[in-house]
Amino acid sequence: MPKDHGIGASSKRREDVRFLTGTGNYTDDINVYGQAYVAFVRSDVAHGRITGIDTAAAEAMPGVLKIFTGSDFEGVGGLPCGWQVTDRFGEVMKEPPHPVLAQGKVRHVGEMVAAVVAESLQEARDAADAVMLDIEELPAIVDMKKAVASSETLVHDEIGTNLCYDWGFVEDNRDAVNQAIKGAAHVTTLELVNNRLVANPMEPRVAVGDYNRAGDMSTLYTTSQNPHVIRLLMGAFVLGIPEHKLRVVAPDVGGGFGTKIFHYAEEAFCTFAARALKRPVKWTSTRSEAFMSDAHGRDHVTKIELALDEANNFVAVRTETYANMGAYLSTFAPSVPTWLHGTLMAGNYKTPNIYVNVKAVFTNTVPVDAYRGAGRPEATFQLERVIDKAARELGVDPMALRRQNFITEFPYATPVAVEYDTGDYHATADKIAEIADFAGFETRRKESEAKGKLRGLGINCYIEACGIAPSNLVGQLGARAGLYESATVRVNATGSLSVMTGSHSHGQGHETSFPQVVSEMIGIPEDQIEIVHGDTANTPMGMGTYGSRSLAVGGSAIVRATEKIIRKATKIAAHLLEASEADIELKNGAFSVAGTDKSVAWGDVTLAAYVPHNYPLEDIEPGLEETAFYDPSNFTYPSGAYACEVEVDPETGQVTVERFSAADDFGNVINPMIVEGQVHGGVAQGIGQALLENCVYDETGQLLSASYMDYAMPRADNVPMVTVDHSCQTPCTHNPLGVKGCGEAGAIGSPPAVINAVIDALHSGGFTHVTHIDMPATPNRVWAAMQG
Amino acid sequence: MSDVTMTVNGKTVSRAVRGNELLVEFLREQLRLTGTHVGCDTSQCGACCVHVNGELVKACTIFAAEADGAEVSTIEGQANPDGSLNVIQQAFQDHHGLQCGFCTPGMVMAAASLLKENPKPSEQEIRHYLQGNICRCTGYHNIVRAIMAASGQEVEGGAIAAE
Repeated sequence: MPKDHGIGASSKRREDVRFLTGTGNYTDDINVYGQAYVAFVRSDVAHGRITGIDTAAAEAMPGVLKIFTGSDFEGVGGLPCGWQVTDRFGEVMKEPPHPVLAQGKVRHVGEMVAAVVAESLQEARDAADAVMLDIEELPAIVDMKKAVASSETLVHDEIGTNLCYDWGFVEDNRDAVNQAIKGAAHVTTLELVNNRLVANPMEPRVAVGDYNRAGDMSTLYTTSQNPHVIRLLMGAFVLGIPEHKLRVVAPDVGGGFGTKIFHYAEEAFCTFAARALKRPVKWTSTRSEAFMSDAHGRDHVTKIELALDEANNFVAVRTETYANMGAYLSTFAPSVPTWLHGTLMAGNYKTPNIYVNVKAVFTNTVPVDAYRGAGRPEATFQLERVIDKAARELGVDPMALRRQNFITEFPYATPVAVEYDTGDYHATADKIAEIADFAGFETRRKESEAKGKLRGLGINCYIEACGIAPSNLVGQLGARAGLYESATVRVNATGSLSVMTGSHSHGQGHETSFPQVVSEMIGIPEDQIEIVHGDTANTPMGMGTYGSRSLAVGGSAIVRATEKIIRKATKIAAHLLEASEADIELKNGAFSVAGTDKSVAWGDVTLAAYVPHNYPLEDIEPGLEETAFYDPSNFTYPSGAYACEVEVDPETGQVTVERFSAADDFGNVINPMIVEGQVHGGVAQGIGQALLENCVYDETGQLLSASYMDYAMPRADNVPMVTVDHSCQTPCTHNPLGVKGCGEAGAIGSPPAVINAVIDALHSGGFTHVTHIDMPATPNRVWAAMQG
Repeated sequence: MSDVTMTVNGKTVSRAVRGNELLVEFLREQLRLTGTHVGCDTSQCGACCVHVNGELVKACTIFAAEADGAEVSTIEGQANPDGSLNVIQQAFQDHHGLQCGFCTPGMVMAAASLLKENPKPSEQEIRHYLQGNICRCTGYHNIVRAIMAASGQEVEGGAIAAE
């Protein structure tokens, strides 16, 4: 029987009730008494020198309170970057300033040049239209290779180059890798693009700044995945407000997918303007603004070489990647193509020699940063595409080639600096063959062919590193933050619990799954446990939710804090039961003396802690509240095998996904329903990347895909039902729950499976000259590839 | 400004509205019915779906003044009279048909219209009907299952809790 509560149960989500009845509390639902509204004047050219901003007409318009420009922010800090990468020559990356409002130059379409604050949104927008910008347009640079080669068109003149860094990993392995490739029996080479994406959580970003003069207290309500991080970055680096005078609240947040990690200029502006005007100031992004101001994702151009020996063993991998940073360094941008990407280039395979080169490039485009998977989808796509290509070149079965090279012994130290603690890649490979019904594929292919369609089967094996991250390790790698997580468990007098977590839920269901863990440990009902998150005023300093870390790191902090609670409660119970502490057992919400029928209920112990009449006051303090910070000792390494079946219409190039299956190893699973939902969503985003989504700039830096009319979001009829299995479980060895994280796997594992399936379909139709199609594999691209 | 009167979730309301005030702005800002969401500015995402005189309407596509005299219902008016979730809402919870919840009000309103027009839709009919509602979290898998279940049809695997 499946469990109906606690760890392993598909508990229904308690947060659903408010979302289903329209009573959620998203940031745009918050209105502060007396608030004014801001409309930003954004650059409509990609690159130019600001020669004048005429605000006179706008200032005279009704309702206008103040118009801010870059000059109002002289002396105010710029937006900080949270990760410093050191290049292959030992030099630190180029880190140009990132102003709140443009200073002197504009560097991408959508950059904020001025801000109009007015009594109403309508008045703010009308006046923003009346602000006259004088911008001397400069040539824009969009193509990364041209940007690196150019010494004339510079995004940031003062740094003298468009190259942010040239990173080599592991630099000491470079010669050995070159030698191994030179001496290999076979080398497969593939050049590919990992297409630029826009995360597009359905809730656009919102910021409401408030200022209370009486207490000199600033409050920012914002759509963030990590309110404490925003408080630290904005308070300490941008506005100079100490943490105790700054509160950041991220209430219900309508999806994040990475793009709501970062500290944005609009947040700093609203907080700053509220202090300047002594009025609350609200900004709600339109979707059009979101496309040109939310950090974008991916955008890598890569050449990968895979070298094999005579027996088809992988002997070396060498890559050269150009990674787009956009016009400015977003909060964690430098880490994505480096430490979140290079460290994954071993994949599931025991390749002994690996060298990764990444050139990060400034261009006149919106900043690029982490998007679901962040670096790991890029790594997986390269590796799993080149392996598939190698299998075709060598005439071997693609899964057999993978299996032959699987890592099978754990722990396994890769040549790219990480140590996988557990995994069983053959188990997920076996499972995918079963759930995807490989045996029935040829029959299905014939059925498709009878309809005039080409059918392909694509597979993919992935590993990811998540549960981010050991603070001391990431500190060595350039992180300017720790990546622990926190929890405070407050037991109330009558026995219910409030758990304050630094993690943030924006769709992941923490309010349901975290109580399952605590309930399992104490033996009280889940509904006696409330999760509090999203407000720096009532949660301990925590790093938030991204990198599939909330359960592995945040959940572990909750376990540690709950263990402290149980230790103290056990002492109290021993006193009440007049027994030795060593004899006390906690089971099903009651403490008992081993081997006797003497027991005391959880609620009686908690009451004693707050009404300490019969209480060991000489030994322990009253009260029952504990805090724990958990810093992981390693990343976690979920892995799995995915299979995609597509049909290609040879007349039109149209690709449809007919079947999709995912066999994941997430270690232990707390709530299977939520885990499966995470995979469904990740897979849909991966299918979106592979077939539909593309963020496109023209050569002048104009953003062509700036609305849902032009940017193809996956819709209900673009994606299939997804068969999901997570029964292969090798628990993580270094966190107390044995969990690995599941949020990003779907987006990491699916794009290569889709493209491998498309290539397989084309080969089955005789189009054997097609070795690769860049994402998204639109009908146009597929058809063009077939024509050769 | 002009005066409008309409019935919203069974209650008559009268307010002065701007000529260019969208129905969704009217609902959110004037009536503080913030369950109806705004996810885009091109009438593509469907987060603002409401019913106007029984028809499914994206509330960003009509002016409040156009709804003068209309019967409007929003997500806030969908629960049963005793406050419990209605059949569609309950099916979304039972089948994990929502994650961040932002597109959910529009999805529930669209599902209600679909089931009124087509009480036993097939999977493909559901997927086709939801073309105008974008969800970024669920991959639609569990939304489709929830709507199948709400229509009284067998769903593979049954309700989540019974799996």
